[in-house]
Amino acid sequence: MKARVTVMLKTGVLDVQGEAVRHALGTLGFAGVQGVRQGKVIELDLAETDAAAAEAAVKAMCEKLLANTVIESYRVEIG
Amino acid sequence: MKAAVVTFPGSNCDRDLAVAFEAAGFQVARVWHKDSALPEGVDVVGVPGGFSFGDYLRCGAIAAQSPVAAAIRSHAARGGYVLGICNGFQVLTEMQLLPGALMRNGGLKFLCKAVELEVASTASDFTRAYARGQRLSVPIAHHDGNYTIDAEGLAALEGEDRIAFRYAENPNGSMADIAGVLSANRRVLGMMPHPERAVDARHGGTDGAALFAGLMGGMALA
Repeated sequence: MKARVTVMLKTGVLDVQGEAVRHALGTLGFAGVQGVRQGKVIELDLAETDAAAAEAAVKAMCEKLLANTVIESYRVEIG
Repeated sequence: MKAAVVTFPGSNCDRDLAVAFEAAGFQVARVWHKDSALPEGVDVVGVPGGFSFGDYLRCGAIAAQSPVAAAIRSHAARGGYVLGICNGFQVLTEMQLLPGALMRNGGLKFLCKAVELEVASTASDFTRAYARGQRLSVPIAHHDGNYTIDAEGLAALEGEDRIAFRYAENPNGSMADIAGVLSANRRVLGMMPHPERAVDARHGGTDGAALFAGLMGGMALA
């Protein structure tokens, strides 16, 4: 079973890298980009076959390691 | 007094930190990240700067899950002293031994220069040898030193006098100019600047030496 985790900085946490990307896009002539948030995607290949169990396990992985919940939020997609 | 200095794959200030502890009179043991126990009788654990595990995932995140991290956690829970510098500070926040997180520098650049610090709290054995408000020149060398904490956490740090050092001129966007913070029991200090790189006249300054000497003196009294 595959899982995909998206980790983003929490709303309200200033994303300085996203801001730099937004600025660069403006410099390139892409007008109207009002905001850019940069995060990361982590793909997992799991032995687990039950979707609910897989989701619970991946959430535990996010809490313990994959995200720093002080500053980051995460989203888990299974399948 | 005994100090243990940890080495992770990618640590690069471990030797400097050991030398700084030794110069202050500590007996120093070197500890590997796979060690699941600290040597007998260790009083203070030094978590050094560097790029542990290549800064993969997040700075300090993998090191915070290593066997030695569990031993450091137990040591701290027993009231043991822990000093985390630069990457070591990142490791301690990832371990949640210290609150907050260290994000990419506001200016996005790696910063490597001497900065001026202000001693914000002298109420710890790490900072007891300084005067409140004293200005120190200490080097920084980091890409992710932008200290971030929620409003409630910041209020707690300020209310409990747990901000050890502040930048005189904020180089990296840290909230409230924070350069170093203390744990609630004041025995865990994390800081981005490198006091171990300012303990010998040949370093260009010795303003970091009083941190190690003060710790030695404070622990002798305790």
